[in-house]
Amino acid sequence: MQLKIALAGNPNSGKTTLFNDLTGSSQYVGNWPGVTVEKKEGRFRADKEILIQDLPGIYSLSPYSPEEVISRSYLIDEEPDAILNIVDGTNIERNLYLTTQLLEVGLPTLVAVNMMDVVQKNGDKLDLVKLSSMLGCEVVGISALKKKGGIEVCKKLSKLAVERKVGKRPDFYTPKIESALVRIENAIKGKVPEKSLRWYAVKVFERDTKVLAKVALPDAERNAIEKAIKEIETAEDDDAEGIITNQRYAFVQKIFAATVTKAAKPGTLTTSDKIDKVMTNRVLALPIFFAIIWFMYYVAVSTVGTWMTDWANDGLFGDGWHLAYCHDTPAFCSKAVNERNASIAKEAESAKTKNAATLKAAGLPEDFDARAEGVSEADAKTFATVKDKLAEVPEAETWESASGEFADAGKRIAAWGNAAVAAGAAKWVPADGGEKADAPEVDDENVREFKLVVTDEAKAKTVKSEKVLFENEESGEIDREEVVDYEAYLENLKVAKPDPSDYGIWIPGIPVLAEKFLDRIEANDLVRGILNDAIIGGVGTVFGFVPQICIVFLFLAFLEDCGYMARIAFIMDRIFRKFGLSGKSFIPMLVGMGCGVPAVMATRTIEAQRDRRMTITLGTYIPCGAKAAIIAMFVPCFFGNSAIAASSMYFMGIAVIVFSGIALKKTRPFLGDPAPFVMELPAYHMPTFSGVMTHTWERVKAYMIKAGTIIFAACTVLWLLKTFSWSFQMVGLEDSMLASIGNTFAWIFSPLGFGDWKGAVASVTAFIAKEEATATLAMLAPDVAGGTLKGVHALFEGFGPEAAQGALASLAAMSFMVFNMFDPPCLVAVATICREMGNWKWSLGAIGFQLALGYSLGLIVYQLGGVFFYGQPFDIGAIIASAVALAMIWFIVRPVPKLHKA
Amino acid sequence: MKTLRDVKIGESAVIKRLYGQGPTRRRIMDMGLTKGTAVYVRKVAPLGDPVEIRARDYELSLRKADAQLIEVEA
Repeated sequence: MQLKIALAGNPNSGKTTLFNDLTGSSQYVGNWPGVTVEKKEGRFRADKEILIQDLPGIYSLSPYSPEEVISRSYLIDEEPDAILNIVDGTNIERNLYLTTQLLEVGLPTLVAVNMMDVVQKNGDKLDLVKLSSMLGCEVVGISALKKKGGIEVCKKLSKLAVERKVGKRPDFYTPKIESALVRIENAIKGKVPEKSLRWYAVKVFERDTKVLAKVALPDAERNAIEKAIKEIETAEDDDAEGIITNQRYAFVQKIFAATVTKAAKPGTLTTSDKIDKVMTNRVLALPIFFAIIWFMYYVAVSTVGTWMTDWANDGLFGDGWHLAYCHDTPAFCSKAVNERNASIAKEAESAKTKNAATLKAAGLPEDFDARAEGVSEADAKTFATVKDKLAEVPEAETWESASGEFADAGKRIAAWGNAAVAAGAAKWVPADGGEKADAPEVDDENVREFKLVVTDEAKAKTVKSEKVLFENEESGEIDREEVVDYEAYLENLKVAKPDPSDYGIWIPGIPVLAEKFLDRIEANDLVRGILNDAIIGGVGTVFGFVPQICIVFLFLAFLEDCGYMARIAFIMDRIFRKFGLSGKSFIPMLVGMGCGVPAVMATRTIEAQRDRRMTITLGTYIPCGAKAAIIAMFVPCFFGNSAIAASSMYFMGIAVIVFSGIALKKTRPFLGDPAPFVMELPAYHMPTFSGVMTHTWERVKAYMIKAGTIIFAACTVLWLLKTFSWSFQMVGLEDSMLASIGNTFAWIFSPLGFGDWKGAVASVTAFIAKEEATATLAMLAPDVAGGTLKGVHALFEGFGPEAAQGALASLAAMSFMVFNMFDPPCLVAVATICREMGNWKWSLGAIGFQLALGYSLGLIVYQLGGVFFYGQPFDIGAIIASAVALAMIWFIVRPVPKLHKA
Repeated sequence: MKTLRDVKIGESAVIKRLYGQGPTRRRIMDMGLTKGTAVYVRKVAPLGDPVEIRARDYELSLRKADAQLIEVEA
């Protein structure tokens, strides 16, 4: 027999732990329709016929918060077969308040008192038998964390459900109120389900608007009831809601006094209290908070997260990666490399012996190192005299050294080749034999795509390159410069591309394997394109984020489960509520510096619906890692590599969040009293490994499924558009459908200074992934001397009006950058926003807002920037931009509009 | 009128009456801050708001603006 059991309880009562224990891995996580509240259901692992519905953690069944509304409409309208009410045994008093409400719903109910192990450890006593008789329902003690009792509880409850056994509802209202409730019951009988009569009666008494609308009493009846309520209100000097709440708490207090014996005297500090004394100490709280946040950011975003994401992008979905290097284990090296290394080792040995002898002869210790600390001046002087006599100690060949050598050789070839071409002694031809009309610019990056044909050998012998600069691998500083001549060029040509599989266990990336597979089945270009670019490229982007998301969620799950998340809200609330956000918005914003996708998902820790929606809308405005790629291209290209230009994007991001928050707070959807910040600060406790893991996994899984499917579809469509012409011929990007589509809406971007299809298309591809904009611009930029960056510069020079002669290039670039920073984020993030909003109206609203804001900011930058810094006339564009700027300011400073009650 | 906002850190008080309306008032009551409940003000957040209080055997935090809605007597 199919049974539905609703799991209800306070937040922090161990509800999630119990749910995980009961359902095992058979969970489905989604959203309740129309709200940003997480919905979880699963099948009981001891009996698959039983469906367990996890209700949001709530303190009451009031009609105000979305969690409470969801829970009550589920209990009342969907009529589960039974309610499993989990209660925190260490905090009976507040937890039973919800129980008194649940019992009135009239369904078979079982109260599971959790954390019995902690109760016992504290030496407290809890009389479960008495509790059961006072509540009039079954009560069982469990320990969800220790996985004790959960299964039995569920089995017991399913038996109750099958027998439809509802306990005896406790009577705790004063006679006066009780008679009023009975009177209401008589009035609404027949209009509501019989078993929930009491629940409805209490809600009518409380003047719950939702229930009043549902029972629709005739006016006369309604007035009579209203009169009775008023009488009681006057007598009690309180309002109806207050009276009912007081009655419930009075009853709970009675139960508490009768069933609980505390061992500790009130006022003694528990371990949790002691921890909290430090963690939220007036002086230490902020430093500790920033240390924790820094650590989390350091691990999740700047180190481990980036390594893993790089590995996923460049290794798994790139060329491939080394599982093990041979400088650790020679057995993994190819024979040739090992032989070379053996002879290098021999050379190194003899060089070392020789050097030791030289040093000894000069009166220095054999292992003297001039770089070491504490070297005396005299020793340093002596060392200088023998320095030239010391032989270089060769180091073993590794993958890094070999690939570095290959790159250096390319650098020399490019430098000498360019000098030879300039001298008219040689010319570049494409390496693959293809045709390229103009003489291309060859640099370190693309040198391997070309071959140098020496046309005049006599002249070539005299050609010398300009200085080639080499960076030190470790410090990144330039520590060598060389001039390459013909001899050296020929020598460097011999440096062969190292094969990664010679230097360790090399695992080829998925694209490489796919390529091999396609070669084997002799696939045509269409199949190749779809598989490589659309599927592996697109879905690879999605999965490339997975490692970072995993780490972020691991941290979040830990912070949440141990109880610190509530303290973060406590510490940060003062700042964030000023602009309509919550203290918990801090973490999503921070995570957003790495990637907007986990940032949007991290908003799940924010309970207040409005705060959460605001954070989702604004959370992606801190430039993420991919947007940083755009900054990294544009700042050296247009702004002389100025650190101010680069960091200004981050400051602008913060300013945009602050001011948007202030402005949005005054708009209708976000208007109204701030969500009450009356928040429980749960006791600290060590989360369980499996709990944190389940928590993390269910969120990551949800991301992969949803983002994966949307991205796959979108990438396929975009790939088709950019590969085919309208007559379905495979063509270059310039002739593709995307280009002609770009042409039709390029005018939209004219006021922003890049109204050319190339700028438009770059903005569209930026939507696939922000860093795609740089790749697209590089691809579409004209071939000019000086490399890609110069080309992009030339591209933007072409965007401005002809009269300006390219003077506006930097301004257009700034506008392009601003637009792409503050318009909607990439496709994956947008898909995540839609998923997390759980409501298409809100999703469209958020994305529309982002689009409007990005466009407005770009417009203001280009139009007003032109007037103020480039002496452009104050024309119609500038007037519109000024109007937009004024409107934005007005939205920020206007008084809070009055909320019209519906 | 003395409100919970006026109670100093480390001091206790008993709730006399609740002001305000709608969600905030209901939420305060639902969290157990009802007439006659004893509350102990434990600390203030590092930035001066909100405050942490102890009532009904557990810790909760509330903003000073909300604490002002709660009339107390020592």
